[in-house]
Amino acid sequence: MAESVAVPADEEREPAGFAFEDRPRLLEGFRAYGLIMAMWVRSTMAYRASFAMTLFGDLAVTAFDFVTILLMFTHVDALGGYSLPEIALLYGLSATAFGVCDLLLGSMDRVGGRVRDGTLDTLLVRPVPVLAQVAADRFALRRLGRITQGLLVLGYAVACLDIAWTPLKVLMLPMTVIGGAAIFGAVFVAGAAFQFVAQDASEVQNSFTYGGTTLLQYPPTVFAKDLVRGVTFVVPLAFASWLPALYVLGREYPVDLPRWVAFLSPLVAAGCCGLAGLAWRAGLRSYRSTGS
Amino acid sequence: MRLYAVVAAGGFRRYATYRTATAAGVFTNTVFGFIMAYTYIALWNERPQLGGYDTSQALTYVWLGQALLMASALMGGGFEKELVERIRTGDVAVDLYRPADLQLWWLAADLGRAAFHLLGRGVVPMFLGALAFDLAFPGSLWTWPAFLLSVFLGVVVSFAIRYLVAMSAFWLLDGAGATQMAMLAGLFFSGMLLPLNLFPGLLGEVARALPWSSLLQVPADVFLGKHIGWGLAGVYVFQAGWALVLLGAGRLLQTAATRRVVVQGG
Repeated sequence: MAESVAVPADEEREPAGFAFEDRPRLLEGFRAYGLIMAMWVRSTMAYRASFAMTLFGDLAVTAFDFVTILLMFTHVDALGGYSLPEIALLYGLSATAFGVCDLLLGSMDRVGGRVRDGTLDTLLVRPVPVLAQVAADRFALRRLGRITQGLLVLGYAVACLDIAWTPLKVLMLPMTVIGGAAIFGAVFVAGAAFQFVAQDASEVQNSFTYGGTTLLQYPPTVFAKDLVRGVTFVVPLAFASWLPALYVLGREYPVDLPRWVAFLSPLVAAGCCGLAGLAWRAGLRSYRSTGS
Repeated sequence: MRLYAVVAAGGFRRYATYRTATAAGVFTNTVFGFIMAYTYIALWNERPQLGGYDTSQALTYVWLGQALLMASALMGGGFEKELVERIRTGDVAVDLYRPADLQLWWLAADLGRAAFHLLGRGVVPMFLGALAFDLAFPGSLWTWPAFLLSVFLGVVVSFAIRYLVAMSAFWLLDGAGATQMAMLAGLFFSGMLLPLNLFPGLLGEVARALPWSSLLQVPADVFLGKHIGWGLAGVYVFQAGWALVLLGAGRLLQTAATRRVVVQGG
């Protein structure tokens, strides 16, 4: 605690500038995230029965999305020209990628509340990057439920699909999950930055996060072309499931793009994270405490 | 009676205060409405007349779901978290010696909330949906009041279920588990995921008979003109029946709870 007195709030540290500040700060951020996360996990584990119930609840409520698709397939053999295992691949990739991101950053919609009631001040005076504190705030291990069901559906898809697996196609699966999680993560961070401006509007980001993952669970042929273009070029969620999955399936993407675009998902993810980082900085700078 | 009217008006005003949050919610409802609408179009393209709906009726169902999501509290929410917290902290003791009935008090507040959510969160997404898609609006003017009555009964059923959930906190103290189970059941059995007429076989029959169907499936079918004449009276009886049974159960639990209530914290 002694050093916290010497180190003022996040912003003011930068001008003090020594040249290689960024790397240690990044590491420091990850370390702090780990510590806060471990604290919340310990606190969750104090109520094991409650944890087990909420874990099951999370698994069940997220699995409803797939149950809906299964119910649809009691009436049809194909949806938008896609069979059930093919949709399961889209679903599994999207749900797993989003699940990883939701586990790591899912509490970021609390920023607006913290801005409103002024508790963000507490985070600013701690000698730890604010983003790390906000991201790890109320870390909820129960969110493993979503990842579990996503992986189960992905496993089902891989088992049922008749695909000529090449090394590239195999590589595509983990790459999509990691890249997709990073893209969703960027949306979460950008959404949190937006909450500095529009404190009560935290629900808007649900449209892009929860809405985004729901969208990606269905084949792109189902949606209007403009919507598909929007999630390809504007908010590039398509890289979190559609483009790589369609490459694996050997299917045409409704928007005319070369096939190698599917491999850009890590680059797109890096770009998104960069932009989200800038947005976060701008948001944090614009923060004015309620003063209470 | 005047007291409860004031409480209801208070419930309305309380939720009406947060305008930005309402606008954000409307945006989210609309986005989800669009996503679901496209999946329904794909489904009804494969199987026209599925579940007795044509495509525009199916799309209307989607937007009715978005419009009633908050009003009928399909996924829970509204008062029960607050009441659970009051039970846990012992504040409920204060409520119990007020010269007002606990259940009616919260029912009035919840009706006020529902009225606001129907106007604030329901009308705009429905309107935007109607701009983008060809929706099946009622042919007869009388369908509108019939629909509103069905929504009202649905909200009462929804309240009665959530009141039972809140009452469980007298025994469990932590309402998280019960709240989540109620949310799961509400999401699945109200018809929010998919119209209950599309549920296969026995599952469908059970789902349509459970109280949750009063929250969305029944009002939507009234809106779409599936229930007229004596059929309409029948579904009102179904909804009101569940409302009475569940309110009665809540009343019994409340009596049992207050008899053994031990105030926390004191």
